[in-house]
Amino acid sequence: MDLTTNYLGLELSSPIVPNSSPLTRSLDMCREMEDGGAGAIIMYSLFEEAITGEEETMVRFLHHQDIGHAEASSYLPDHEDFAGALDRYLNNLRQLKEGLGIPVIASLNGVTPGGWIEHAKELESAGADGLELNVYYVAGDIHQSSADVEARYLDLLTSLRREIRIPINMKLGPWFSSVGHLVKQLEAAGASGVSLFNRFYQPDINIDSMDLQPALHPSSSAEALLAMRWIAILRGRTRLSLGATTGIHTAEDALKLLLAGADAVHMASALLVHGPGHVRNVRHGIEEWMDEHGFESVDEFRGRVSQAAIPNPSELERANYINVLDSFSHAQGVWV
Amino acid sequence: MSEVHMVSIDGNEAAAYIAHLTNEVIAIYPITPASNMGEWSDEWSSLGIPNLWGTVPDVIEMQSEAGAVATLHGALQAGSLGTTFTASQGLLLMIPSMYKIAGELTPTVLHVSARALAAQALSIFGDHSDVMACRATGYAMLCSNSVQEVMDFALISQAATLESRVPFLHFFDGFRISHEVNKIEKISHEVVRAMIDEDLVTQIRERGMTPDRPIIRGTSQNPDVYFQGRETVNPYYARLPGIVQGVMDRFAKLTGRQYRLYEYVGAADAERVIALMGSGAGAVEETVQHLNARGEKVGLLKVRLFRPFDAAALLAALPASVRKIAVLDRTKEPGSDGEPLYKDVVAAAAQAAADGSLAAMPRIVGGRYGLSSKEFTPAMVKGIYDELARDKPKNFFTVGIIDDVSDSNLAWDPDFRVDANAGVTACVFYGLGSDGTVSANKNSIKIISEETDNYGQGYFQYDSKKAGAITVSHLRFGPRPIHSTYLVGDGEAGFVACHQQVFLNRYEMLDKAREGATFLLNSQTPPDRVWDDLPIKMQRQIIEKKLDFYVIDAYGIAGATGMGRRINTIMQTCFFAISGILPRDEAIAKIKYMVEKTYGKKGRRLLDRNYAAIDASIAGLHQVQVPNEVTSRFEKAPVVAAGAPEFVQQVTATIIEGRGDSLPVSLIPADGTWPVGTAAYEKRNIALELPEWDDDLCTQCGKCPMVCPHAAIRAKVFPAEAAETAPSSFKHARARGRDFPTDYRIAFQVAPDDCTGCGLCVEVCPIRDPDDPKRKALTMTPSVEFHEQERANWDFFLGLAEYDRLKLDPGKRKQAMVMQPLFEFSGACVGCGETPYIKLATQLFGDRMLMANATGCSSIYGGNLPTTPYTTNPEGRGPTWNNSLFEDTAEFGLGLRIAVDTQNRYALDLVRKLADRIGTDLAAAILEADQGDEAGIFAQRERVAALKEKLRDMEGLEAHALRATADQLVKKSVWLVGGDGWAYDIGYGGLDHVLASGRNVNILVLDTEVYSNTGGQASKSTPLGAVAKFSARGKPVRKKDLAMMAMAYGNAYVAQVAFGAKDQATLRAFIEAESYDGPSLIICYSPCIAHGVDLSNNLRQQNLAVNSGHWGLFRYDPRKANAGENPLHLDSKKPSIPLRDFVSTETRFSVLERTHPAAAEHFLRQAQKEAESKFFLYEQLAHLAVQNAPEAKPE
Repeated sequence: MDLTTNYLGLELSSPIVPNSSPLTRSLDMCREMEDGGAGAIIMYSLFEEAITGEEETMVRFLHHQDIGHAEASSYLPDHEDFAGALDRYLNNLRQLKEGLGIPVIASLNGVTPGGWIEHAKELESAGADGLELNVYYVAGDIHQSSADVEARYLDLLTSLRREIRIPINMKLGPWFSSVGHLVKQLEAAGASGVSLFNRFYQPDINIDSMDLQPALHPSSSAEALLAMRWIAILRGRTRLSLGATTGIHTAEDALKLLLAGADAVHMASALLVHGPGHVRNVRHGIEEWMDEHGFESVDEFRGRVSQAAIPNPSELERANYINVLDSFSHAQGVWV
Repeated sequence: MSEVHMVSIDGNEAAAYIAHLTNEVIAIYPITPASNMGEWSDEWSSLGIPNLWGTVPDVIEMQSEAGAVATLHGALQAGSLGTTFTASQGLLLMIPSMYKIAGELTPTVLHVSARALAAQALSIFGDHSDVMACRATGYAMLCSNSVQEVMDFALISQAATLESRVPFLHFFDGFRISHEVNKIEKISHEVVRAMIDEDLVTQIRERGMTPDRPIIRGTSQNPDVYFQGRETVNPYYARLPGIVQGVMDRFAKLTGRQYRLYEYVGAADAERVIALMGSGAGAVEETVQHLNARGEKVGLLKVRLFRPFDAAALLAALPASVRKIAVLDRTKEPGSDGEPLYKDVVAAAAQAAADGSLAAMPRIVGGRYGLSSKEFTPAMVKGIYDELARDKPKNFFTVGIIDDVSDSNLAWDPDFRVDANAGVTACVFYGLGSDGTVSANKNSIKIISEETDNYGQGYFQYDSKKAGAITVSHLRFGPRPIHSTYLVGDGEAGFVACHQQVFLNRYEMLDKAREGATFLLNSQTPPDRVWDDLPIKMQRQIIEKKLDFYVIDAYGIAGATGMGRRINTIMQTCFFAISGILPRDEAIAKIKYMVEKTYGKKGRRLLDRNYAAIDASIAGLHQVQVPNEVTSRFEKAPVVAAGAPEFVQQVTATIIEGRGDSLPVSLIPADGTWPVGTAAYEKRNIALELPEWDDDLCTQCGKCPMVCPHAAIRAKVFPAEAAETAPSSFKHARARGRDFPTDYRIAFQVAPDDCTGCGLCVEVCPIRDPDDPKRKALTMTPSVEFHEQERANWDFFLGLAEYDRLKLDPGKRKQAMVMQPLFEFSGACVGCGETPYIKLATQLFGDRMLMANATGCSSIYGGNLPTTPYTTNPEGRGPTWNNSLFEDTAEFGLGLRIAVDTQNRYALDLVRKLADRIGTDLAAAILEADQGDEAGIFAQRERVAALKEKLRDMEGLEAHALRATADQLVKKSVWLVGGDGWAYDIGYGGLDHVLASGRNVNILVLDTEVYSNTGGQASKSTPLGAVAKFSARGKPVRKKDLAMMAMAYGNAYVAQVAFGAKDQATLRAFIEAESYDGPSLIICYSPCIAHGVDLSNNLRQQNLAVNSGHWGLFRYDPRKANAGENPLHLDSKKPSIPLRDFVSTETRFSVLERTHPAAAEHFLRQAQKEAESKFFLYEQLAHLAVQNAPEAKPE
């Protein structure tokens, strides 16, 4: 059965591409995912803040433990040498490249131009097959226009494109007023693909302290529907690879996204919950379904339920509540 | 001779280098100033650095020094080479095993950074009191006088113990040598190899216990043979001096450094000689050279081998011309007619004179010097030689202090200086503990000593505060080895640096400067205006001493170059740029090289920032044009307010000023008893920002005074009319709710000069301004005007009467926080996680508390001079406090309880006996008093007052006895306080016994999960996977569940609390524990700077610890079990966040992710499972049905 897929210009043996998660820190886990049928690996994100934050922390609590107490010249032992966050990431990338046969896509996460560009070049030299740019940006400034927000993405992409040759995938959040238009602009600026949609952590409120607190809830299959709609809409309307992300937990989820037109389906929460071996379950599920439905290759059914391929394209653009209301109305020929 | 390799290290590292190289088993326990030897050994072993035989020594941290030496004893008996390091009371704990080790003729070397013993007070500083307590153990005792000698004698004693079979105690002066950085020749592995005889090592193996060659040692002997057995060892001791000298001679052949057991230095025809051991020899030798160069005939006898004492060799070392000897001891034996070395020398001379081998008995006098690292200078040495020149020199003298009680001290001329200072550049740097001054100076010494042919010496003084501590670095550089074993004196420094502008108004820094010296000041005042910042005396000194005055805005440069508040590299660059010690460019290149060595690949951006800061420092350094005359209008401010009590003015203030050396004996309390409430007089003014209260927004919840580590924000409730005379800026609001009378006012007031600016009060404040969400009911403000204004407001606040405690419900936070804390303004770290618990206890029970405090952070911020935070209420009552030792606090506290109970019973008995005379109604009321709450205690106090009134003129023995014990009729609350090092490790045996005793004590464990005070060594409380000293690769075993162990007794109240996570549960636990008539244990989560997190996050960390299941909150009350209920109540819920979210925020965990990621991940997974299973277990326990519970019905 042929699961091969072209993603970001890379020939993948399967459309299942594990997403950035702590699992991708470990070569053993990645190997297990490769053996289970992953087509590529997206490494955990290298956070811009992590690099600077770590340097500051280590300076204060390890390298410069000046405390001025007669009885204690330091608190934490600092004799063990270690590499900084960027070097550790590069080492990890090299390790994955050496230990895996599938492509390894590096991931950068940040919001400002500058240091990024340099990091991206290093990632390219260390052997990354592609680079995912995860612009984790919440437009909290109400005076900033949507055009300004989009320009931020485009500027970053443009400056990065000038520096590196490997494919660049833009991971987008869902809160753009015109996703399709932005995707087309990214295409023009030199992206190789987009992943829809990034899932920003939502802060929660602690009712005791009456303060914000970080909250992390694993995604659920229901969340995949958001990407499904937009991939279905974009399929055939852009040359960019379409990656589906958030909420893909089962073979059924993956198949839906492929049917909508995804070139790759990304998984993270499900793998964290069920372990890296879950890739194999999903691949099996896809193969069984293909067998049942008589498909030999993914390309045969990819995009079958995309907007361009379905009889009633406007359904994808209809807001859900109308469907809900519709379900209560009678068939035209019924007399009440 | 092998190639010479020079290094710049301190004494502890020098000893540890040889110890690690020549041993297989290293059993350790942290104690100042010896901890670093264990830490070095642990570091080298964790890096896989092997010993001489290619194996990596096994370094094991034990639960106490007694445990360390017993483990060592075992290792030695099984035929291994082993060692340990210790000091002070730690050494005393080893004594029982030392007798055994010596009795069994077991080769080993114990390295001791010799330290004062806790007697009238604890002191971490150096003298020989501890080693002198070991002179009967059978250990040979060899003393090193310098950092070089420490390394050399560590090896010499190791070789000699192997050859002689007699164990060695190798000692050197704590701090003065253990912590002095000096340039020395490092002994090569080849020399060590050549010094260690492999056949002797083989003999150790052969004597080792093995079932292949069974033996029995450690028998029990009877009167028939024990005595003879004791005498069997004599030949071993008789041979030993010869063996040591032989080893020294062999060492000399290999290294060129020849030592003698008793080494004479000075005029061959000297008549006056000083004999002593230790670092003081440096000062004496410099003085001898100076005086002899001026025609005097004096000498010095360095005593190196103290045990066994080779009288003949000692006498033979002295020139025949000697007529008078002053023998100096750095120890004190009260009641003795002379200290140990003196008596040995007297006996040696007397025996020799008696048997004719000594022609004439010289006049020998003994003196004490240098206790607790008291300065011992050439001036004092000259004073001794001058005394010896008198016909009848004073005996049993002291030098270095003014003893106006026993008139023991010799006079000395403080202005006397020796030639040794010529050609040496002396430098003094004043910095804050946290500003990197010390590390920058250590770095400078390394650069100068290791990168050039010059020699360098560094010694560092610290004050006793943990927040805002000052450090004074004394550095000397010169072309020859430096043996000046004393501080840089007044008028000696060629370079004085002030790294903090606030010091200008506090310390007489320029007293140290010599004429023509350079003065470097870090100041944000522009160069053209900085002159005006200096007080009168400082300006005068700059003009009169013709100082070159430079200024740099180090904080400005640090901020501009991304260095934050780190100014160490900047100040170091300035030092090199203007001191002229090295050519400027060469120095800067070397600083950059050292920066690169420090950060390497760990932080590329850091490298760039440091480089930028170095370059900007040169550009930002300005020489100030010094005017011809003094223009300043102000003097240095007095350290305490004019209204302070006489003792505080006279004694405390002198110590605060750094002039404690000048205090005569008569002003020091004889039995170690000091007045309380003195921290309030030490206004340190270290906060850059203060909390400003918004009286409109505030809901008066009381959270801010609860979390304040320094009791620097207070709540007080008072009648409206009391505020009529308040300063106009004094804020107060109507007391809301039903807690207080409707016409009463409440104020939340900051103590501006005592606040440290940690911001925890603002952090905990739950109320935000809806119109400006950045503002809370408390908001930090940097305003100088606000600071000034709050001084007056604080004074007014203090004058307001305390609210009537009897009307307060201590179980409600809002009301409890109106209670006066009797623990205020301690020197604890900014944001300390321990002090709020102590403060809370004093608010609730302070007027009746007896405290036994284990040695550690809490005894330092609680009882380190000059001041104490423990204070009194308006009636003069308050916590009475004592620190016995580290290990014995539980037992010590139990003793307090038993004494209180005994006297209480006695007093009750006397009341019964005297009932008729007292009045039967009063007697009955006293005897039947219910003191279960504040009102009951208050009523009993009133009765006791009435009783005392009746007893005032009553005659008879019983009336007299009751007068002395009547106060014991009022309930007392006994508190045993300490950290986890005490409760989990060294004091656990006692704590366990006290819990089992069933007696009514309250045990407060301030659990920082690490030995905080001695520098972050792992304890049994350290959590799985946390990095600490002695567990650099993550603690491999889980934290001990002390609460569960205590609950197993069933009769102890046990609570685990975290005030930052659940303050109300914490409050309940304290009240329940205290009210329980039996042992109570409260284990308090105490975030600590040793966790590697800024303590402005203290409360967040407590929440994360609780929410992740790292720290469960619960209360176990045996009273409930007796009432048929489940005694365990959980105050925390099922873990709601992954443990990863907690551990990733603290460097103690996160550093392992960087150094050993696989291990970190493994530990985290295991710890996650354990957190879950622990909660599961506790939850099950909390829901178990109770046997015979009234509500339990059979099916």
